[in-house]
Parts: sequence; C-alpha cells; structure tokens
Amino acid sequence: MSTRALSPRKLADAALSAYVPLVLAVLVVVFPLLWMVFSSFKPLPEIITQTPALFPSDPTWANYATATERLPFGRVFANSVLVTVIGSAIKVALAVLTAYGLVFVRFPFKNVIFAGLLVTLMVPPQVSLLPNYTLITSLGGADTYWGIILPGLGTAFGTFLMRQHFRTLPPSLLEAAELDGAGHWRRLTRVVLPVSGPTVATVALVTIVNEWNDYLWPLVIVSRPDMMTLPVGLTLLANVDNRAAAYGQLMAGSVAVIVPVLIVFIALQRHIIAGLTQGAVKD
Amino acid sequence: MTATTTRPGGSVRERPPGRRRPRRRFTGRDRHDFWVFLALVLPNVALIIAFAYRPVLANLQYSLLNWTLGSPTATFIGLDNYVRFLTSPSSATILWTTLVFTVVTVGGSMVLGLLIALALNRRVPGTGVARAAVFSPFVLSGVGVGLVWLFVFDPTIGVLGSVLRTFGGTAPDFFNNPTLSLVMICVVYVWKNMGYAAVIYLAGLQSIPRDLLEASALDGASPTRTFFKVVLPLLSPTTFFLLVTSVLNSLQAFDLIRIMTPLGRGTTTLIYEAYLQAFGGYNRGGYSAAVSTILFALLVVFTLVQLRWMEKRVHYA
Repeated sequence: MSTRALSPRKLADAALSAYVPLVLAVLVVVFPLLWMVFSSFKPLPEIITQTPALFPSDPTWANYATATERLPFGRVFANSVLVTVIGSAIKVALAVLTAYGLVFVRFPFKNVIFAGLLVTLMVPPQVSLLPNYTLITSLGGADTYWGIILPGLGTAFGTFLMRQHFRTLPPSLLEAAELDGAGHWRRLTRVVLPVSGPTVATVALVTIVNEWNDYLWPLVIVSRPDMMTLPVGLTLLANVDNRAAAYGQLMAGSVAVIVPVLIVFIALQRHIIAGLTQGAVKD
Repeated sequence: MTATTTRPGGSVRERPPGRRRPRRRFTGRDRHDFWVFLALVLPNVALIIAFAYRPVLANLQYSLLNWTLGSPTATFIGLDNYVRFLTSPSSATILWTTLVFTVVTVGGSMVLGLLIALALNRRVPGTGVARAAVFSPFVLSGVGVGLVWLFVFDPTIGVLGSVLRTFGGTAPDFFNNPTLSLVMICVVYVWKNMGYAAVIYLAGLQSIPRDLLEASALDGASPTRTFFKVVLPLLSPTTFFLLVTSVLNSLQAFDLIRIMTPLGRGTTTLIYEAYLQAFGGYNRGGYSAAVSTILFALLVVFTLVQLRWMEKRVHYA
C-alpha cells in the first residue's frame, strides 16, 4: 500500500476507475444473497407480490416451520453435517498418509503412482456415476450413509496439496528424528504434522466445502427423505406444483445450505481461496 | 502451472559424480519401508482404482449394451448406442447447447473476471473485502444458488421482473422459453464462477513487474495500448490456464441445470443428457453410458489438444 496521501484529484480518479466497478461487482454478488436471507423471513403475501420489497415488513419464522413439515429438516441438516464431517475427516487423513508415503518413505516408482493419482483429476464424477451407482446399489448401499460417503473418499486433490507442502520441508528435520530412532509414525505425528497446520487446514476446508455442497452422487444414491443431504432435500422441496407459494420455504432451505459455508468462508477466506486456487499460479 | 508438479525430482537421490555406487542390498529397513508405504498409500489408491478408474472401463462396457438400468439382463449391441446418438436429430441440439453454454460461460467469466481483477489490482483500500465478496459464490452450493436465482428470475413474482416493470419493460419468460432458460443458466453460472477467474487473474497481474508498465508509460503508450500490448500478452499463461480449467468445468456443470431447469428444455448439455437418460425416468443405462463416454472423450481430447497448443503458442513471462 502506498504511504502517500491521496490528493482529491487522485482520490476521485481512484474512485471512478476502481471503486465503481468494484462496488458494482460486490453489489451484484451480495444482492441475491441478501434477497435470499430477507425473503426467508417474509410471510406468504410478501412473497407472492408483483411489487416485492427487500426487507420483510412482518418478519416470521413460518417458512422454516413449513419447510420442516414438508421435509425432516433437522434430520436432513444433521445428515449433511454427518456426511461432511466423516467424509472430510477420512479424506484429509488419507491425503496426509498418502502424501507422507510419497515424499518420505522409500519405494520404487513413486512418481508413477503419483501421476496415476493426478490423472483421476481428469475423470469427472459424472463419468463414474452409472458404474458406481450399479456397484453401490448391488452392495446394498442405496439410502445408507456409507453408500453416500464411500465412492468419494479417494482423494487426488488433497494428496496433491499435501505432497506439495511436504516437499518444501527441510530433509534435515526428518533425518534428525530418524537418528533419534523415531519410526515413521512418530516422524509423521511429532515432526511433520506440527509444522503442517496451515496446509492441513487448507485441505480440510476445501474438502469440507466440497462435501457439503456435493449434489450429483447423493441425488442418485438416496431416495428416502430421511437419508437426504441438504442439496438433495432442497430438490425435493422445489418439486411442487405451485412453486410461487413455495419460494419462502425454498429460501429458508437455501439459507440452511448457503449460510454455514458463507460463515466459514468469511472467517477463513484466505485459506479457502489459497486452497482452491493453488497450482494455478506459477511459483 | 500444475503441469510442473508431475515432473520427477523429489525422490532422486544425489550420487557423487564419477563414482558408481555399489548396488545396495535389500536391507531390512527397505523391507520395512516397503510395507509402511503400502499401508500408507494403498487405501487411497484402492479407492481411486475402484471408484474412478474402474468406472471409466465399466462405462465403456455398458455403452456397448442394450441395458435398462436396474434390469439384471442386457444384450450386446456393439456400437449401436453411439450410432443412435450421432444420428438422432436431438443430439445436434444437445451438442449445440453444450457448445453455446461452454463458450458463453467460459468467455463471460473470463472477461468479467479480468475486468474485476484490473479493478482489484488498484492500490486502494477495501480491495481485500471486495476480493473475498466476489469470490464467495464459487464456494456456495449450486442448488442453493440456483433456487435463489429462480426466485429472482421468476416471470410473475421475481424481483428482476418487478425492477424491469418500473422502468416500463416486461419480465422475460425465463422459465418457459428455451432460449431464455439457457440465457438464465449462463448468467447464474457466470455469476457463480467469475470470482475464481478474477482471483487467478489478479495473481497474474500482480506478478507483472511494475517497471515494465512504467517503461511502457514513459514511452508514451496510452493505458489502453499498454494493456493490449504489454499486460495481456504477459497474462497469456494465466489466460491459458483459466481457459482449460473453465472449459473442463463448464462441460461438467450440473447442479444449476438440474435445479433450475429439471426438464432440460433448452438447457440439455451432454452431461445433463447422460443424467436424464439414466436417471430422468428413461432408465436407459447403455445409452447413457455411451453419452458419458463421448463426454469423457471430449474432455480428454480437449485437454491434450490444449496441452500441445500451450507448448507452441503461449508466451511465458
């Protein structure tokens, strides 16, 4: 940041060339989200109107109550939390273990194995949809938690980020531990992990956000409302004849799926943005 | 760029020059490491083989079958599914929709992303907050976002229509006009993804040496000329990276299409066709697998072509 004080001319200049487009962009992004939050508290007459206002004049929790009547909302929310927490915990653990093995353990053809992992980033989940659906349903995984979680557990992205980080650690750090007689497990938990907090946090955050928002797989593998995750439950809520009357409930549902991520994002945006854009920029 | 990460190098051990090291015996420590490595890496690799590699092959197999999803029996029909897709008149529409959606969303988010990045790159207070705000839709649930925008775009009670009416216009029928439905999907997709392009472009802009821009200004070049002759060429690796990732992402866009236009009228792209054929009530397993395989082939071919093109054309700063 420049330490020079801005002259009025320059200030006006900066305002025109930077602030106007920025304010415009921020408004375009923020407005629909504000609209969602405020609309979720509007009573029906304020939803079904040709002249809507931003703020509810008669705020109510009715939309949340109705959504709960049409869908086991608490249960669906809990399903999302459960699937996200368990799925993310396993994925992060797998990423850390795989990356540690690839960087610090002697084994032939490690780079071939790593390349094999990276190639899967090119396989879109849609291509694996039908075969995974056939396999998981034949194993009895339809409408079960493990059926939702299992096929997405293998992680190439997390392994990639963790490996990148582990390779920046000085080898002397581990050699010292090895001379002290520490085995791989102690080297991982006592030496490597304590200095890898930020990277683990980044991988965890990105994984949590992706698991929470995951849609296509839970959509096909779950059909019972009490096993649905939030995005799938919202699809059920949206499936009505008179959608106009349902927008209030739909906004309440959208708040439930969007606001938790938004709060996490606002608190930890640097980590999340870094994680999602890593590898894009040259070192 | 990500490509550099696959380059070997991390595990190459240094060896004194000119002297060949005698072949080491397979020591107990090596054997120990061998098993440790397998214990660490095998679970992840096994999962990826089972749920990412195997499906690609299984899809190929399914695509050669006349198979109703859920049925225990199927008949081998060779390439009939592919022939049927390539000769069906609706497939031309699907390919055209895929093309339009990809070009519009990739172009839209990259151009808007670059404009936002240029604004963010000014050294004025508040850009950190603006950067986070613009990026935020990228991490939000596509289903939630789609529902919010459905309400905004609703022809009867949507806020967009109400604003247009106050200025004497009418609310376009985004829900029943196939062309407008595609426009709607494109707008929301760009809204959700432009922040990603902006952040990537911002990083690219910040890596441009300032003296290069000052030199250009000293030579009497106008800001516009500096932008097109200096900044844009220096950004070409960033542009290329965004182009590839954005095209791959757009080809895989699903959430918004499913929640905003469940019937896919005007918005059925390749991926949505694969979904509809299998899970949209038709249960055509073999046919859907053929469409998926075509999509996969497109993704692979596109990646490879772009990788070749990158080597030849892109200017690296």
